[in-house]
Formats: sequence, C-alpha cells, structure tokens
Amino acid sequence: MMSTRILHRFPGGLHPQQHKAESNATPIRRAALPKQLVLPLKQHIGAAAEPVVKVGERVLRNQLLARAEGYVSAPIHAPTSGVVVAIEERTIPHPSGLRAPCIVLECDGLDAAMQAFEPWPNFNQIAPLLLRERVREAGIVGLGGAVFPSAVKMAGSVGTPIHTVLLNGAECEPYITCDDRLMRERAEEILRGGQILLHVAGAKKCLVGIEDNKPEAIAAVRSAAQDLADERFEIVAIPTIYPSGAEKQLLYVLTGEKVSRESRVTEHGYLGQNVGTAAAIYRAVALGEPLTRRIVTLTGSGLSAPGNWDAPLGILASDLIAQAGGYQADVARLIFGGPMGGFALSSDELPVTKAANCFLALSAADAPADPLPMPCIRCGKCAEACPVELQPQQLLWDARAGEFERAEKQDSLFECIECGICAAVCPSHIPLVQYFRYAKSEIWQRERDQEKAGLARERFEFRNLRLERDKQEREAMLAAKRAQLAAQKPQEGGAAVDDKQKAILEAMERAKARKATMQQDKGEGV
Amino acid sequence: MWTAILVFTLLALALGLLLGYAGQAFKVEGDPLADKIDALLPQTQCGQCGFPGCRPYAEAIARGEADINQCPPGGEATIKALADLLGVEPKPLSAEHGVEKPKMVAWIDEQVCIGCTLCIQACPVDAILGAPKLMHTVIADECTGCELCIAPCPVDCIYMLPVKAPLEQWHWPSPDKRLEIAESPASPVQMS
Repeated sequence: MMSTRILHRFPGGLHPQQHKAESNATPIRRAALPKQLVLPLKQHIGAAAEPVVKVGERVLRNQLLARAEGYVSAPIHAPTSGVVVAIEERTIPHPSGLRAPCIVLECDGLDAAMQAFEPWPNFNQIAPLLLRERVREAGIVGLGGAVFPSAVKMAGSVGTPIHTVLLNGAECEPYITCDDRLMRERAEEILRGGQILLHVAGAKKCLVGIEDNKPEAIAAVRSAAQDLADERFEIVAIPTIYPSGAEKQLLYVLTGEKVSRESRVTEHGYLGQNVGTAAAIYRAVALGEPLTRRIVTLTGSGLSAPGNWDAPLGILASDLIAQAGGYQADVARLIFGGPMGGFALSSDELPVTKAANCFLALSAADAPADPLPMPCIRCGKCAEACPVELQPQQLLWDARAGEFERAEKQDSLFECIECGICAAVCPSHIPLVQYFRYAKSEIWQRERDQEKAGLARERFEFRNLRLERDKQEREAMLAAKRAQLAAQKPQEGGAAVDDKQKAILEAMERAKARKATMQQDKGEGV
Repeated sequence: MWTAILVFTLLALALGLLLGYAGQAFKVEGDPLADKIDALLPQTQCGQCGFPGCRPYAEAIARGEADINQCPPGGEATIKALADLLGVEPKPLSAEHGVEKPKMVAWIDEQVCIGCTLCIQACPVDAILGAPKLMHTVIADECTGCELCIAPCPVDCIYMLPVKAPLEQWHWPSPDKRLEIAESPASPVQMS
C-alpha cells in the first residue's frame, strides 16, 4: 500500500532540533498505581463534568465518577478501585497555576474492575449513532492535546457528509514520542479505531499521516494495515516540519485543501482524529473500556530515564517521574506538553490529565533563562516562518499599543494557531506568541465586559422605568383619593359641623343651667 | 446664459427640496453620539463621574459639558475608547473622581443584616434580593461593584470582595508587564 500521493508544503514552518531519540527507544511501560489519584473535573474543552459520587464512596475501576454536563463536555471514570476521599479544589496543570475542582481517589491497590459497557467486537454491525454515543459515554476527547470531545467532532458538520477520515500521527513537537511508541506497539488498535470512525462517518477512505522521522512507526502501521487487508487505509509518510500535526496544516499537506479560520475540516468532508484517540475509541467500543489511561512521554535532559508510560489519569507527575527514576541533579524547568506549544509548570504535584501527552524536564544547560527581548527590527523572519501567513511583527505592534480591534479585524489575530514559531525564530527574542495570547484573552475579556455592561444597562433602565411607573401609580392613587374626599366633603362635612355646633350649644345650655342653679343655691344660702 | 441660470436655479431648488424632505423623513430620534458613548461606558451606574448614571454622563460628554476621564470603573481602556470615538487625545484618569480598582462585587454579611431594605433601594441594577425584616443577599452575577449600597447600610454589613474569575475567564498577562517576573507559560497547540 505504498502511497503515490502528491504532498503539499504549507507556508513557513520550522525544523526544530529533534529530540525524539531520547524517549522513543524503550517500549511503553505500565505505571504502578500510586496511593492517590487527582482527577480534575474539567480535562476537556467545554463544560466541567458533574460528580455523581460522594465523598467516602467506594468505587471500582471503570466506574463513572462524573457525568458530562451538556453537549460539549466529557464524563470521567475511575482509573482504579478505591475510595473517594475528597471533592475539592486542587492545583491543575494550567498556565494560570490556578486551582479547580477535582475528585481525589484513594487507591485500594486491588484494582477491582467493573464492566462499564458491553463490548462490541463486531462494531460494523452496530448503528453509527450508538457507536458515537459510546464514544461520548466513554469520555473520549482528542488525546493529541486539544482535548475536544471526540463524539462532538464525529457528529461532523450539517450538510457535509464525511468522505475521508484523517488519522493524525504526525507528532511534530520535537520531544514528544507517545504517539510514535503507540503506533509501533498498538498499530492494530489504532487502525481498528480508524475502522470504527470510517463506519460512524460513512467515509470511504482513511489517511494516516505520519512524519517521516518515525520510520518504525510507519512500518508498523503499514504492516498492521496489510494484516487487516483493508483497502480503505492509506498510510502516508509526510515531511518532518513543525507544525504539520496541527489539523488544518496536516490536511493541507495530505490533500492541498486549505481550510479558512472560520470553518472546520469537517466542513470540507474530513474527520480528523489523533492516533491515540483512535486507539481509545477502539478500546471503548470493542472492549467496553472508558478512557482512564493515556500514554505520557517523560523526557528531557533533566530526567534520568526518559521514556513512555501508560499512566492512569490522575497520577501526579511527581509520582510518575519518581517511578521513571527521578530527576537529574541539574533539572531546571518542567514543561507540560512540548517545548513549542507547551507551558512551564511551577510544581510537579500536578495530575496527568487527558491532555497530558508529555512532561518535559529540561536541565539548566537546555533551559537558559530567556534573554531580554530587544526591539523589533522588522526583519520579517516571523512572517516568513508563520504557517498561517500572518504578519506577526504587525500584530506585535497592535498588541503592544492596545489596538485590539485592528489586530482582530485587519491583521487576523484569531487565525494564529499559537504554534510558537514566530517567537522561536525572532532574533530579538521577543515572546511574540505570548503577546498574541494576551491580545486574544484581552479581546475575549472585553467581549465579556461588554456583555455584562449591556445587561447592567438593561437592568438599570428597567429599574428607572419601574420607579417612574411606581411614582405615577402612587400619584394617580393619591389624586383619586383626593378627588374622592373632595366629593364627600359637602354632605358629610356639613352634617359634622351641625353636630358639633349642636353639642356646643347643648353644653352651653347645660353650663347656663348649672350656673343658674348654683346662683339659686347661693341665694338660698345667704 | 439664461438657460444655464435657469437650469442651475431649478436644480438647486429641486435638490434643496429633496434634502429638506430627507431631513424630515430620515430624522434620527435621540442623540446617536450619546448612544455611542453610552455603549463604551461600563454601566456600573456608580455616579463617580458626578452624574446620576452612565447615560447622563454620556449625554454630558456628547454636549461637551464633561471630560472623558471621569469614569474610574472604566479606567484607561474606556478613556482610550472614548478618545478614539471623539477624536481627541486620551488623558489620564481624573484623580478627583477616583482611582481605577480591580473589579469587585458586594457581599452582605447575612449574620449582621437587619433587613432594612436601604441597600435594595440604593442598588441601581436591582442586584440585591430581600424584603423588610428579612435577610438580604447580593446576586453576584448582576452586581456591577458600584459601591452605592455601602453608604446607606446602617449596620455596615456590606463588604466589597474581589471578583473570583472562573478558570475559563483566566487572562494571559501582557509580556510587557511581566518580563521581569519570570518565564512565561504557554498553552498547548491544538493538534487533535
């Protein structure tokens, strides 16, 4: 099944120094269970999952811990058996270093399992809708790092049937090798996952894109495809260039189709999934297993024994790194994800999440302090290297000057995929991509503020309206009362005067009479 | 020559009538400039600008009676937006009207609240819930942080707390502001 496909070259890109060999030589090892697992409720794009277990509850492996909350969300299952000891805020791997709600599971070491779902080894006889529902219930999200719920993606776009499934095995980050090892060792699972995707989408073809720096993986996947004797698969070796693993870039390399910022690849009839996701889909469907583990690359010059680990979700990076032989003495920095698109962590007491494809520990020699940025000299290197043909130097001015509207409307800020190439090639060491992230979140913040201000205006105006209405109603009521009183006055008022006068007259008469009697008495007395 | 004069006179007359008609037919109700200004204001209705609410301040700016730097809740961003809209130079926030503070929401200590309803009457956006002799509480999502409820409270049980933003609303800081602090973290590239 050698491919005779014409490949395309996207603009820009970068050949970062390769560090794959450090971690891809040893087979995937299965991590031992730690004492505790910390499972963040939000390990995916969309709404955080809603816990369905209580503190103190005993759970089995594969048991549902938190259900999906809404359409774009994903449930979380127990990676082992044990007791839920807390549902509380813990620090999660996030660039903010903030805390978020997590389920803390105390492992009992028995690893007693339950069958979460009915296994469907003959998935071709199952209705696509049921398969998609299974993928949703199993909590499967994009394991390449984007963690977008796979079932939502598999629904495709309204009006555009999927004709081709893209399995993404590019793995273009220079240090990460979890997909590489997975393809070498579990190629059949990946391709069977691909068959499920083909069946669900009703597609005719499945392209597997793998960068040519992984010849063993390419060979393994090709031989697995031969064993399956499935003509729909085409395994394509693509040139090694960062960021060929970004979905739209991969599609362009394989087919030459350009996808604009506003649309998704599903709108062009393609369904893209990472190879790790495909394997997880296979396990969920054929074996009835929810997503509770993933392959994590531990690598970098700061570790004593780099390699790939099949780790339960929720295991702390510190526990996993300790199992892998710990740090070198001169470790200086720990990065979540790759060096291009990842972010630095302030601690290793952070759990492995569905997004955790790599923990990269760099020694002091490999991670020098960032040189101080110098002024932009408008050399244009960033623009040449930008894979989406932006003008990063122009966007930099926009972001610095707070010209967010121009950045958004004129300079297409939101087309930026944050690959980090611009910052990597900048001779002035300007952290360009950080400026773009800042500008994006500033624009989102302003949109939220605007929305809130609109709501406040509405409430304020309604309150004024209500106060005005109350005032008018009160005035109308008073006026009505006054009118009523005025109408009653002539009759009632007259009678009252008469009564009073009569009473006064009577009293005067009584007084006169008494006086008279008193005088009489006096007279008699004298 | 007379033809030319006649033609131009008639033309002027016709166009004048057309313009006059258009002026009547497409008359814009209200003050569009004040609307635009109002849209840029943060709608806290706090009155720190010296006007009873954002709308009156917007109208005063539109009439040229107020300066653009009197809105502390909007701060620098609002001043800049107003300067852009009105085509004037931005200027620093006027100190007599207050200082720019981080976003806050009011919080009522329900143990201390006596249920007097004075804060409810003071709230410009109806964000306080309660009834006479019953405990009051602030609807945090609706509170604009204007602080107008603080002064009327006879038992001083209202506090301003900083807004706790959820993780989804976390904001990347500007590299300009943190270059000296530390290495800046990053988020994963989307590669599903």
